[in-house]
Amino acid sequence: MAGTPANIYEQQSANRRNTTVVMAAFVLFVGFLGFGFDAFILGFGGEDALLAYPVATILALLLGGFSAYNGLQSGAVSVLRSAGAEPAPAEDPRYRQLHNVVEEMAIAAGVPKPQVFVIPDGDPNAFATGKDPANASIAVTRGLLEQLTREELQAVVAHEMGHVRNYDIRLMTVVAALIGAVMLLTELGMRTMRFGGGRRKSSSRSGGGGGAILFVIWLIALILAPFISRLLAMAVSRQREFLADASGAELTRNPSALASALEKIDAAVEPTRSIKKGTAHLCIANPLGGDINDREGFVADLFATHPPIRKRIMLLKGMAYQHA
Amino acid sequence: MSFFLIFVLIVIGVIVWAIAQYNSLVTLKNQVANGWKQIDVQLKRRHDLIPNLVNTVKGYMEFEQETLQKVIAARNAAVGATGVADAAAKEGALSGALSRLFALAENYPTLKANENVKQLQEELSSTENKISFARQFYNDIATKFNIAQQVFPGNIIAGIFGFTPSELFEITDAAERNVPQVDLSLKK
Repeated sequence: MAGTPANIYEQQSANRRNTTVVMAAFVLFVGFLGFGFDAFILGFGGEDALLAYPVATILALLLGGFSAYNGLQSGAVSVLRSAGAEPAPAEDPRYRQLHNVVEEMAIAAGVPKPQVFVIPDGDPNAFATGKDPANASIAVTRGLLEQLTREELQAVVAHEMGHVRNYDIRLMTVVAALIGAVMLLTELGMRTMRFGGGRRKSSSRSGGGGGAILFVIWLIALILAPFISRLLAMAVSRQREFLADASGAELTRNPSALASALEKIDAAVEPTRSIKKGTAHLCIANPLGGDINDREGFVADLFATHPPIRKRIMLLKGMAYQHA
Repeated sequence: MSFFLIFVLIVIGVIVWAIAQYNSLVTLKNQVANGWKQIDVQLKRRHDLIPNLVNTVKGYMEFEQETLQKVIAARNAAVGATGVADAAAKEGALSGALSRLFALAENYPTLKANENVKQLQEELSSTENKISFARQFYNDIATKFNIAQQVFPGNIIAGIFGFTPSELFEITDAAERNVPQVDLSLKK
């Protein structure tokens, strides 16, 4: 962070790198939980190997993946419905400008124009959804249309277009699949532990010491798993927010407009009631209000879907400075 | 024997690489063509909107006949443009003429208050934006295409199959470079 501020492109490649690191850690963590389950409880890999494959790992990933895939297919419709979003007709003079701005950003991103929705809520906010750029939707609140200038509206739409172009909806589905797998393994693991440790004794292939230590580490990981998986998921979400900010700035070549839009959104104190918690990671700013995202601090930062808004504004101003 | 096997593997590897290179060049070429089409669509839209705008403002701006004439002349020249460089120059001149018209319109409060004119202005300024974003996308993708043709070893494949660099859509008109900063955005 020291020295010259990162430009639009450096910022994006740094965020992409960070996403890869966190996702790799996530996959390794799920792998450790799963193989531990297979080794310690089902006896995979022991002399009297019950099964030749790590069944629990594969099953957990399949089930997690299946439920997440289901969510992806029906996701856009249910997310829009739960937020009370209404289609914004292009002929309506009130939404002409919004449609123009969305089309401008679609052209800049080189993707088809997403469907446009309006949420009847006075608080300024916006989100994007849809499984790929060809099936994307962008929803903005009435408050956003009322309070932002054309340039700021364009910047917010560009941020959402960034989420669409970067396949963030798909990435967060993969994250949801991993969380699903973790939940399944934790549930099964805890249940089996309670009934007396499965086939653990017969599978102590490394013989005593090493195996026992590994088992204790695995048990601790299992207990902390819901907590750790949430931390990793939120870390991914925050990287994608930074990335969408930088992508939006790349599309408009106007980082200052997004900075001033964020300032206005930050100044609006009310939480966006229409947008439910599950959609939070796709919004321009946390719809739950400033309770977590505003309080800077180590622990608060770790559990937030969005990075602190002031930090985002600072980075955007740095990009504007580099761009000028 | 094992030497022969290694040789075959290397040949297969080179062929696979060449196919991948060729395919990515073809993909980029199509994206460039598509990017150009996007610009074209927006330019056409602008050409269609201008007579509308001129007709609407004519009554209000009778003392600015010359400016209106210039816009119409620039528009007609732009409609007849051929090729990237020619289009870029003529569209640049049109943008310059239009922005002068918009700057003058600021002096006519009744004109600015007209709902019809307001909507036309939003449409035109959005079209201007779309043109510049389409140009930005086109130039980015064309630059990527050109770089892919020039860097080693991709240039070998580009040379064999006769790929040629794409022209960038550059602003050649000095007038557009110094567009007066007029904020025509309609505040909601």
